[in-house]
Amino acid sequence: MQVTLLTGRTIEQGVGKEQGKASDEYFESAAVCYIDPNDLRKLGIKEESNILVSTEYGSVIVKAAKSLRGPHEGIVFIPYGPWANAVVSTETDSIGMPSLKGISARIEPAPTEPILSLKELLKLQFGK
Amino acid sequence: MVTVKAVVCPVCGCLCDDIELTIEGGCIVKVKNGCAMCETKFLNYCKHRILKPLVRKDGELVKTSFRKALEKAAKILAEADYPLLYGWSSTSCEAMRVGLELAEEVGGVVDNTSTICHGPSALSVQEVGLPSCTLGQVRHRADLIIYWGSNPWSSHPRHIERYTNLSEGRFEESEWKEYLSKVKSSNVKKKVETVLRRVSQRDEASASVSPIREPHLALSKTGRKLVVVDVRKTRTAEIADYFLQVQPNHDYELFEAFRALIRDEELDVEEVAGIPVERLEEIAETMINCNFGTIFFGLGLTMSSGKMRNVEAAIALTRDLNRFTKFMIMPMRGHFNVTGADTVFTWQTGYPYAVDFSLGYPRYNPGETTAVDVLLRKESDAALIVASDPVANFPKKAVEHLVEKPLVVMDPHMNATSQVADVVFPSAFVGIEAAGTAYRMDHVPLPLKKIVSPPKGIMSDEEVLKKILGQVRRIKTQSKAEAV
Repeated sequence: MQVTLLTGRTIEQGVGKEQGKASDEYFESAAVCYIDPNDLRKLGIKEESNILVSTEYGSVIVKAAKSLRGPHEGIVFIPYGPWANAVVSTETDSIGMPSLKGISARIEPAPTEPILSLKELLKLQFGK
Repeated sequence: MVTVKAVVCPVCGCLCDDIELTIEGGCIVKVKNGCAMCETKFLNYCKHRILKPLVRKDGELVKTSFRKALEKAAKILAEADYPLLYGWSSTSCEAMRVGLELAEEVGGVVDNTSTICHGPSALSVQEVGLPSCTLGQVRHRADLIIYWGSNPWSSHPRHIERYTNLSEGRFEESEWKEYLSKVKSSNVKKKVETVLRRVSQRDEASASVSPIREPHLALSKTGRKLVVVDVRKTRTAEIADYFLQVQPNHDYELFEAFRALIRDEELDVEEVAGIPVERLEEIAETMINCNFGTIFFGLGLTMSSGKMRNVEAAIALTRDLNRFTKFMIMPMRGHFNVTGADTVFTWQTGYPYAVDFSLGYPRYNPGETTAVDVLLRKESDAALIVASDPVANFPKKAVEHLVEKPLVVMDPHMNATSQVADVVFPSAFVGIEAAGTAYRMDHVPLPLKKIVSPPKGIMSDEEVLKKILGQVRRIKTQSKAEAV
């Protein structure tokens, strides 16, 4: 399904980052994608199951979560963090600011693919 | 047991200064008045700490002495042709001052986190100015608050309570009571909707039951009004008197539509950015008729299509509104001292962020000297990251180059950037274990307190930076002497 991807702050991710980026709270709050309930139904995605989010800049596996504040069909939201960064736009429009909101993306179910932890993700992306 | 009052919270740009902490046995055991993020920081700052300097050896980070880490870090920076010095927004102004001196010494590019938050806003302000005020003025006088592309309920949890609609001002009252009744009616509505949904599932004929409509949120009410403009319904939008759901990447059109409407021009379209023009007319009228309006804008404007032009349109709208009434505008700054970073950078170099010292004097050209662009063009040959986590916040492509070159990190926590660094310095938490100065989002400087002592051997960012600067100068003097 073609969607518009937004990234941003959630209170859970804010609390998670203060717990420490190595904490479980941070992982659970940032490796997640909030989707409109109708879009979840259309795609046959169950809440809490894994999905693949891909853009022209990359792809990442995150957990699907039902958005509590719909309707926003066609718009999905991933909190700031390394999982979102795997798919955000690098276009800075000559002013230094990458485009982190309003990115064209594709979501699809990936129930058998694992969500990588911060350590695993860094190892895979940067070899360290 | 000791209670420390009037503590300034080092989490977000609100810098709430009414926090009360209870200290027992050298540890913070209780937090009063703080939000969820504040409480988490004060009660958990000692977890996931780095307690010893680390260096990368055979692909793994291993503990080392401070002297060895210092020598290695100073060598990396002194030998680099174009190092990137990035971060700064979560440390004290005093540490930033040393950092800028270091940047000049090593001839690198120094940038702060504004570059990926309100950098575009700084560019707009340089173009058209910023009619603004302090948060105290807003608290006491503002009767119309507009949050645009910002969700303070999540990013600045006490902003509404301390400075806007839920605060008790001298001339404007708090809207707590109305908010509570709204929450109650919303709960009732949700229950009714659940029942209706169940009924419609059982009996197809009743599936046509018309859904409960949103109650018309009156802008004609007395007291403070809250308008939220965002691309999705956020927690903040739920308590607003009026919520405008703008299509992603269409904020610019909406600002220009408002500018036309307040000039009493007619729009020959039925909707703008997905919102019917008649709704926009209602808001435009509310803007003109208020006594003191304020727009707080967030990254919804700077990170989406239009970027600095969105902010420019927002400021132009504010300027236009001042022909009718008093109207202010303010960016919602994220990190607790990102405003301080812009301020210190400006008074030291003349520019708020993205400053390049490679020619021996400060140069500023966002798009060229901004951290993400430097990394995407693969120009930097080393990096020093202070109190920030670009590996968790920059696009992957930019991080790839950052990680490829020697990387020195200074942070109290083991964050994503520390994990991929070559040298890691542990540091004390500013505002908890070290004192300093920070600037609130409205440019009011506030003192950060030292509440407890840092773990043994851990220094503040300022002290570590001074030592690195001293060592870099020694290396440079030595290599000059050898060259002669």
